[in-house]
Amino acid sequence: IFTLDHLVNVRVLRSKRFLESRAPKLTENVKTAMIMKGGNTSQTVTQALKDIYSLKKPNAVLYKKKNITRPFEDSTSLEFFSKKSDCSLFLFGSHNKKRPNNLIFGRLFDFHVLDMIELGIEKYVSLSEIKTSKCPEGTKPMLVFAGEAFDVDNDLKRLKSLLLDFFRGPTVPAVRLAGLEHILHFTALDGKIYMRSYRCLLKKSGCRTPRIELEEIGPSFDFVMRRTHLASDDLYKLAHRQPKALKPKKKKNISHDAFGTKFGRVHMQKQDLSKLQTRKMKGLRKRKGGVDSTEDESGDQKTTGNHK
Amino acid sequence: MAACSVEQLLAKAEAEEAEKLNSITVKKELDLEFDIGNLLAFDKNRVEVAVFRQQKKDEFLLALARDNTQLLINEIWKQPTERVEEAIVAKLPDPVTPLPREKPPPKAKPPTKWEQFAKLKGIQKKKKTNLVWDETAKEWRRRWGYKRVNDGTKEWLIEVPETADPNEDQFAKRVKAKKERVAKNEFNRLKNIARAQKGKAPGLGLTPKAQQSKDELARAVSVAKSSTASVGRFQDRLPKEKPPKNTGKKRKFEPLIGNFSNEKQKQLELLQVMDSKKPKMDITKAVNKQMREEDREEAAAKYKKGAGKRGRKGNMPGKGKGKGGKGKGGKGRAGGGGGKGRAGGGGGGGKKRSKPGKK
Repeated sequence: IFTLDHLVNVRVLRSKRFLESRAPKLTENVKTAMIMKGGNTSQTVTQALKDIYSLKKPNAVLYKKKNITRPFEDSTSLEFFSKKSDCSLFLFGSHNKKRPNNLIFGRLFDFHVLDMIELGIEKYVSLSEIKTSKCPEGTKPMLVFAGEAFDVDNDLKRLKSLLLDFFRGPTVPAVRLAGLEHILHFTALDGKIYMRSYRCLLKKSGCRTPRIELEEIGPSFDFVMRRTHLASDDLYKLAHRQPKALKPKKKKNISHDAFGTKFGRVHMQKQDLSKLQTRKMKGLRKRKGGVDSTEDESGDQKTTGNHK
Repeated sequence: MAACSVEQLLAKAEAEEAEKLNSITVKKELDLEFDIGNLLAFDKNRVEVAVFRQQKKDEFLLALARDNTQLLINEIWKQPTERVEEAIVAKLPDPVTPLPREKPPPKAKPPTKWEQFAKLKGIQKKKKTNLVWDETAKEWRRRWGYKRVNDGTKEWLIEVPETADPNEDQFAKRVKAKKERVAKNEFNRLKNIARAQKGKAPGLGLTPKAQQSKDELARAVSVAKSSTASVGRFQDRLPKEKPPKNTGKKRKFEPLIGNFSNEKQKQLELLQVMDSKKPKMDITKAVNKQMREEDREEAAAKYKKGAGKRGRKGNMPGKGKGKGGKGKGGKGRAGGGGGKGRAGGGGGGGKKRSKPGKK
């Protein structure tokens, strides 16, 4: 099997399946995140990393040891880790005097860094501090982004896409209505980004759609955006390229107009109009005597108006 | 009057409806943007910063979140639902937000030799059953694998055919034939892979076939001979075999004490050349060397151009020691042109070096 760098002689079917799951595919696997610590970390940062890991389980790996690297300067060790563990998202936490309580969210394309955004934690309340019952592990969260800044500022736009990528979980065709419990709410206001995590309770309302009550569960962060390293436009575009096979097949001869009416086109073969089956007009039939049929025609014309 | 009461009834019904909907309606200036496939809602409404600063942040955020979530849930409840094993499930549409992929999309593999032939002839793949009825054992046995139907290795009696030598070991012959078939299959598999990668495969004649031609055998012999540490210099030769022409990189030296006249001749020639002040140049050698240099330069230039265009244009202040250093020249080079749209992923796999930018 030809893996990323070299040919591997595979002897066992299990290893073949493992390599095939890591190879580039049409529809990709869920993105996994690697969560790691830098040279020096504070209590806040380690706790924050653990909390985000629990949000992201099971599609995440939490590394215990410290890694003395600086992602913004040299991302080779990140790329190496991503290759080994097949992770395309990462979260790097560090703490120093210049940048206290620092978290770097990032994603990779083809095992090279695509985007990296550094967020500083200003206020943090951990999972354990908020004493309520939590959502089960692995629930697909609902994500809400609030604040026009997410649309206006380029950096925040990328941050929105990055956070969506990070927290969204597997893409499912259907979702159990009772299981929609977890909500992650991001607000961009006043130069800061507030992240809150709630558990939603579906209460009875008069109609089918329930009324929502929220209860704060999870970690709550007040972030401030620090440095960013965003991918260049063409690399970004390249990363978005979808294989042709995934594009939905266009059905030919079907069109929709502005009102949503569906129109179809039917192609007919050429018809012999002389042999066309119309309504019986007895009067027009050829008689043996060859009688002039004009009187009958006028009689027939009366009837034609009513029908149809 | 009857008319009044009808109106009253209608008004009452409407009021009731409105009350019911009251609990789930949320009033917003701008509608939210939804991406139900991702369970995502985006609220673009402005929040006055002054207002925000006045209130208690958490409560404000809670209220905002509650409103937005209500709208999102309303939207999700509009989706078609079905019942799956005691749970009501809403079918989600495909996600709308474009998100970058993990890895570049897979490249189409060129068809193997058999696949090409099958396409040409119109042969369809027929799925075979795993189990076959075995008459002798009167049960279902596998087609291949452990305890298979026609296991040749389990036979204790092989008839010696008329044409064969009576002293030949038929069992050993079977084993050898099997080994040859396996080797041939392996060889063909590697050839298919090499063709797919456009790399190099071991040449003809190097794996045993049933019938080998004279020159295939000769080539196999010469390759085998020179695959030693001293590049075939000390290999034993058959009595009438000629010595091999170019025995690899090892240099040939004249024996120390041998042909005296030859040595004298050589020394005199050398002195002559040193005397003559004419530049000693082997013309053919020089021309060949020049041609080789030119070819090498061309190839290097083409490769550089290809890799430069493919390389990432990121603002990476990297220390240039990238692991993907093979095809990744882009780090140091000022990003060459809009790029042919080939990822830095093109650098993965040194084998791809030979054909830069052209796949």
